[in-house]
Amino acid sequence: MSIKDKVIEIIAEQAVLEPSDVTLESTLEDLGIDSLGLVESIFAIEEAFDISVPFNANEPEKSEFDIASVASIIKGIEQLVAEQAA
Amino acid sequence: MNRVVITGAGTINALGPNVAETLAAMREGKCGIGELEFQDVDRLAIKIGGQVKGYDAEAAFNRQQLALFDRFTQFTLIAAREALAQSGLSFSGELAATSGVILGNSGGGMTTLDANYRTVYEDGKNRVHPFVVPKLMNNAAASHVSMEFNLKGPSFTVATACASSNHAMSQAFTMVRSGMSKVMVTGGSESMLCFGGVKAWEGLRVMSKDACRPFSANRNGMVQGEGAAIFVFEEYEHAKARGAEILAEVAGFAMSSDASDIVMPSKQGAARAISGALRDAGITPDQIGYINAHGTGTAANDKTECAAVADVFGAHADQLMISSTKAMHGHLIGGTGAVELLACIMALRDGVIAPTIGYEEPDPECSLDVVPNEAREAKVDYVLSNAFAFGGLNAVLALKNA
Repeated sequence: MSIKDKVIEIIAEQAVLEPSDVTLESTLEDLGIDSLGLVESIFAIEEAFDISVPFNANEPEKSEFDIASVASIIKGIEQLVAEQAA
Repeated sequence: MNRVVITGAGTINALGPNVAETLAAMREGKCGIGELEFQDVDRLAIKIGGQVKGYDAEAAFNRQQLALFDRFTQFTLIAAREALAQSGLSFSGELAATSGVILGNSGGGMTTLDANYRTVYEDGKNRVHPFVVPKLMNNAAASHVSMEFNLKGPSFTVATACASSNHAMSQAFTMVRSGMSKVMVTGGSESMLCFGGVKAWEGLRVMSKDACRPFSANRNGMVQGEGAAIFVFEEYEHAKARGAEILAEVAGFAMSSDASDIVMPSKQGAARAISGALRDAGITPDQIGYINAHGTGTAANDKTECAAVADVFGAHADQLMISSTKAMHGHLIGGTGAVELLACIMALRDGVIAPTIGYEEPDPECSLDVVPNEAREAKVDYVLSNAFAFGGLNAVLALKNA
């Protein structure tokens, strides 16, 4: 499974939706994922890819990790996985 | 209804091993937060806290006691000894039978739990010390205080996360006010600065890696602390009759539940607790000179708390002072309201308002007088102490000049 598909699967599970209902343009708010849901999704992503995601709930905008949309989350994860492999 | 006064106070926390040193540190705006020191700290992302350093348990307790006292119980007893000594009270007969201990605590013997899990899971041992259960139970501290001072009245422990101590002290207050007890020993303690304790908090992603900066626009989370503060709440006539020194009067309290979210605070819930405390004390908003804020330094708490204060106080919100001392001693979770009550007593008795240190940038969502970085001299007649817990459980106390 690609990183993209795996991240979408995790986000879909958190949002109680089918992966097909999660688009790249969706925001977490669109999907009904609140702050606790976000923290839980990040935990699931960290576990799935064995990476550490730099995210502080107090300053999401300052984080290097962009949670603006599903696409930006996937991009961030791809980068972290690449850095991990390097 | 009886009037209730405070006739003894004691503490140990990151700022000092007693009340005098703690208040001196608050006056000077000292920061007690530093590098954490315990096993496996290198495996944590969060490596700072308001840890009690230079602490010698063996100077305060013998070998048998140490086998039974978790760190949170040790801190509680050290603070209780100071408070009871100051009060000058001793308990026997009817006074002993009706006087009890109500303490706030959230994590119980977390360091005992952590160490013994390590023993069985990591070290693979199949045997733990026989006193693990009596050492880690949340009520151990209250029970040991009752035993050391012969307090035989109603005694129990309140666990409402970050509001535990304020709920405990509110309960003790009502018992003295109603005439049920002449004296209650109350306050709270916490000690979760161990690998498991901090690791669990890391998971929520609300902790700061560098500092606690309440109300500052660049705040980035909370920092944990540890320690205890204990007070003697006494019926006014009883205290007066024996010529006791009165530190402050407890004027009122209120509790409320947000009934909305397990972690996010609610402005309405906080505002109801604040206005309820004013009503219970029989005072108007403009009589409050200082509020010791819950002020955790998280994005969510600080703006919600400021909005609640603005709602309740209206135009007077800009006249009063509100500071968070957590930037100095850290967030003691179940013990925090007790240590913070010391800042309230200092404001009333000494006319010194403890500062919010670490304040760097104004935040338009927290545009109150947060007494930034330096203590201030001011005469205040009434103060409030706020505590708003995870789970939406709130408790606010109102104190009055003695």
